[in-house]
Amino acid sequence: MFDLECENIIKRFGAFTAVDGVSLEIPSGSFFSILGPSGCGKTTLMRMIAGFETPNRGDIRLKGKSVVNTPPNKRNVKMVFQHLALFPMMNVGENIAYGLRCRGENKTEITAKVAAMLDRISMPGVQEKQISQLSGGQKQRIAIARCMVLNPDVLLLDEPLGALDLKLREHMKIELKQLQGRFDTTFLYITHDQSEALVMSDNVAVMNAGRFEQIGAPETLYHAPKTAFVAGFVGDSNRWNGIAMMADGDHARVVVADGLEMVVPIGGARPEVGGQVEVFVRPEAMQILAQDADISTAGMNTIEGTVDSLLFNGAASRVLVRTATGLLIEIVHRMDAGQVRVKPGDAVKVGWTHGAGLCFGEGG
Amino acid sequence: MNVAAPQSAFLRTVYVLYVVCFFAYLAAPLFAAGMFAFNDSTIPSLPWRGFTLGWFFGDTDPVIGMFHDRRLMRGLTNSLYIGVIVSLLSVATGTCNAFLFERRQFPFKNALYIMMIIPLVIPGVILGISILVFASMVANSADRAFGQNLSALRPGTLLVVVGQFSFLTTITSLVIQARLKKFDISLEEAALNLGASRLKVLATVTMPYLSPAMFSAFVVAFLVSFENFNTTLMLVGSDAPLTITMYDRMVKVGSTPVLNAVSFFLMVGSGLLALLSVVVQRDRPSD
Amino acid sequence: MLRSDTGKLSLILLMTPFLLWIVLLILLPQLGITFVSLREKIGPRQYEFGFGNYIAFIQEPIYWNTLLRTAWMSILVTVMSLFVGFPIAFYIAKIAKRRSRVGLFLLCLIPLWVSDLVRAFGWIVLLRETGLISGALQYVGLINGPVEMLYNDVTVVIGLVYTVVLFMIVPLVSTLDGMDNAMLEAGYNLGGNRLTVFRRIIVPYAMPGIVSGCIIVFMLTAGSYLTPILLGGKNSMWFTEMIYDQFITRYNWEAGAAFGVLLLGFTSLVIWLGLKLTGQNLASTVARD
Repeated sequence: MFDLECENIIKRFGAFTAVDGVSLEIPSGSFFSILGPSGCGKTTLMRMIAGFETPNRGDIRLKGKSVVNTPPNKRNVKMVFQHLALFPMMNVGENIAYGLRCRGENKTEITAKVAAMLDRISMPGVQEKQISQLSGGQKQRIAIARCMVLNPDVLLLDEPLGALDLKLREHMKIELKQLQGRFDTTFLYITHDQSEALVMSDNVAVMNAGRFEQIGAPETLYHAPKTAFVAGFVGDSNRWNGIAMMADGDHARVVVADGLEMVVPIGGARPEVGGQVEVFVRPEAMQILAQDADISTAGMNTIEGTVDSLLFNGAASRVLVRTATGLLIEIVHRMDAGQVRVKPGDAVKVGWTHGAGLCFGEGG
Repeated sequence: MNVAAPQSAFLRTVYVLYVVCFFAYLAAPLFAAGMFAFNDSTIPSLPWRGFTLGWFFGDTDPVIGMFHDRRLMRGLTNSLYIGVIVSLLSVATGTCNAFLFERRQFPFKNALYIMMIIPLVIPGVILGISILVFASMVANSADRAFGQNLSALRPGTLLVVVGQFSFLTTITSLVIQARLKKFDISLEEAALNLGASRLKVLATVTMPYLSPAMFSAFVVAFLVSFENFNTTLMLVGSDAPLTITMYDRMVKVGSTPVLNAVSFFLMVGSGLLALLSVVVQRDRPSD
Repeated sequence: MLRSDTGKLSLILLMTPFLLWIVLLILLPQLGITFVSLREKIGPRQYEFGFGNYIAFIQEPIYWNTLLRTAWMSILVTVMSLFVGFPIAFYIAKIAKRRSRVGLFLLCLIPLWVSDLVRAFGWIVLLRETGLISGALQYVGLINGPVEMLYNDVTVVIGLVYTVVLFMIVPLVSTLDGMDNAMLEAGYNLGGNRLTVFRRIIVPYAMPGIVSGCIIVFMLTAGSYLTPILLGGKNSMWFTEMIYDQFITRYNWEAGAAFGVLLLGFTSLVIWLGLKLTGQNLASTVARD
C-alpha cells in the first residue's frame, strides 16, 4: 500500500517545463525526500501534491485515490511551509486548532486534541503563547503539530529548516526524524541540502531539471550513484573530466585532462573508447601514502603532488594537494597521530584503489 | 556618532533652533485659533478678558456656545454622517482595488494603476465642478428624455458624498494595498491546506491581517472628508457640512469666538482620532 | 490553482467597483467639463460648438494674468516648501533619536488633520489688525498703532506654505528613513565633504520623495481656494476663485468649465514636466506610501 503515488506528472509554465514526467511511490510510514538544486522543480511538484498547482498531465493518488480534481482544502495532505506560515494573528492553541475548527469539530474535543498534541511534541501548556514568543525550533514543532493534529495521509515539508541557524538545523534534523517515527506518518521532505536528505530519509529521490535522476536509499545514492549528476550532487567528490582509453568489464582506464592515468569502475552505461568521461573520487577514498615506506601500490591509482594547504575541521579535516600540472585534489586526512604527518610544501603521493571512484560517459 | 548630524556644536544648535522655530510656526495659528475659544469676549482678539467655557456651552445672547448653535450643530451632524458614509464606501472600494492590483493579472494593469492614482493629482475644485457638471448633464438628459426630475443629482448630500469618494478612494486603496503587499501569501495557502474554504481563509487569515490598515484608512478618509472644503464647496446643497457652515459664518458674520470654539473642538477631535489610528497600527501583532 | 471560471468571475467582481469609480466619477466628468467648455451660449438654451470660451480667456488679460499669477505663486510655494521642509524631514529621519522621531513625526501630522479653514482662521486671528501679533507688538512698544498684516502676497505665501509643507515633509521622511547611515559614512570615508555627500548621495537618494512631495504640494497649492481668499482678501487673484465665481456667482458654466480644463491642463503639464525632468513616474513617487 502506498500513501502517495505520482504517475508521470508533467507541469509546464508557458514554454518552460518545470516537472517533466515524474513518477514516485511512497510506502506508508516512510520518510521520503526529494533532493535537488533550486529551480529543479521540486517545489512545483510539492505544490501539485498539495493542490496549489494543477499538473498538465499525470495522476496523483493518495492512499490509492486520485486527487487531481480535489481542491487543496479537501486533500488530506498537510504541508509545513518553507517559512512555516504560522498565523501571527492567532496564538499557539488557535494555530493548532485551526484545521480542526475548519472541520467543524466540537469545542471540548478540539481543546483536548490540542493539549494532547502539545504533549506529544513536548511543549505542554503553551496554548496561550503568541507565535512571536516562540524560538525557531519551537515554531518548527508547532508548524508540524498544526498539521499532525489532522492525521494527514502524508505530511509535506518544504525546506522547513532553511531559515534556522546551523546548530539548530543539526538538532532539528534528528528531532524531525524522531517525530516522524513517533507519529508513524509518511513524510515527504523537500530540500536542496544533501545532508538533510541523507540523514533523515528512508528513501531519497534526486531531482534535476524537472526529472528524477535516481530514487534510492541514502547509502545507495552515496555509494552507487547511477548518473554523473547524482554522483556530483550527493556527497563531496573530486571531479575530473577525462577520456576513456579502454573499457572492459566494469572498469575503465581513463586519462584525465592533464595526462594522469587511472583505473576506475564504470557507473551507468559503458563509455565509448575515446569518448569524454567524468571521473568522481570521494575524498575519503583517497589516502596520502608515506613516501619512504615501502608499500605496494599494486591495484592502486597514484598521483604525485605537493601539499597546498591543510583544512582542519576535526574528524572531517582535509588536505589539498596540488599536482605538477595544477590539479587540486581534496583528501580526507586526519592530522593527528597514526597517519602520515604533512605540512604545506611537502611532496606527497596520493593513492586510491581501483575499486574506488566512478566514471560516467557523456550523457551518462 | 551620528554622521548625518552637523559636526560642529554651533551648527547643531542652529539646526535645533530652526527645528524649534518650525514647530512654533506649525503650532502658532492652531494655538491662536484655539485660545480665543476660552476668552470671555465677543471678539476673538486681545485683550484677554478672562476664562470662559461660554463659547462651548453658553445659551444666552450674545454668548451662544457652539453646542447651542443650531446651524453649527446641524453642520456637525451632516459632516459626521457624510464622513462615515464616504469612509465606509471608500474603504470597501479601496479594499477591492488593493486585491485587484496586488493579486490579479489583467491587460492594461499598469495604465489602470496610473488611473487609480490620478484622482490624487487632480485639484479638488476641478473634481468638484466636473462631477457637478456631469451630474447635471445626466439629470438634464433624464429630464428631457423621460420627464424625470432626478433631484438627487442636483447639488446636495449625494453629490458631496460622490465627490469626496472620488479622491478618497485613491487614498484608501494605497493605504490598504501597502499592507496587502507585505502579506505572506503562504499564510493563505497554509490555511487552505489545513482545510479552510476560500471564504474562511479570507475571514480568518487575510482580513484580520488587513484590518489595522482598513481601520487607519477609514480614519484617514473620515478626517479628510470632515475637513474637505474645495470639492465640497462646489457640490454642496442646503445640507451643508460643518466646514462650509463655518466658512459661511466667517464670510457673512465675520469671526466670532464660537468659530474658535468649533476650531478647538475639531482640533481635539481629529487629534484623538489620528492618535487612535496610530495606536491601532502599532498594536498589531508581530510585524 | 484557481479554477479558471471562478477566477474570471472574481476578477470581474473586483474590477467592477474600480471601473465604476474611475469611469463614472473621474473619466466621464472630465470629458463632461471638456464638452461643456467647448459650448458657446448664443441664446437662452441655445448653444453651438466652438472655442469661444477659450478665446474669451485669451482676450481678457485679467483671466490669463490670474492663471499666470497662480502658477508663479504655486511654483514659489512649492520651492519654498521644499527648502523649509527638507531640513525638518532630514532632522526627523536621520538626526532625532528613535523615540522622539515618532513624536516629532506625529507633531508634523497634527496640523494635517485640522481643516484648512481652521488653519486659515488661525492665521487671521494672528495677523489681522486687531490680531495677536499686532497686539503683541503694540504692547511691547515696537509699533504705535495697529498694523494690518493680512491681504498681501507675503501673507498668502506664508499661509500656503503652512498649509502644504506637511505634504512635502511626509514623503521626504519616509524616503530618507530608508537611507542607511552607512551610505553617508561610506561617502565621507571615500573622501567626500559635506557638500558632495549632500549633493551626490542624499539628494539623489531622496529624489523620489522630493518629486512626490513637489507634485502633491504644487497640485494642492494651485488648486487651493480657502487660504488665498481668506488671507489675500479681494485682491488675491487666485484662479480657483475665478472658477468658483463663474460657476456659482455668475452661473456661467461654460466659461467656468473652460477655466477648469485650463487649470487641470496646466497642473498636469507641470507635473508631467517634473516627472520627465527627474526621470520618475507617478506610480514610483506618489503611490509609494
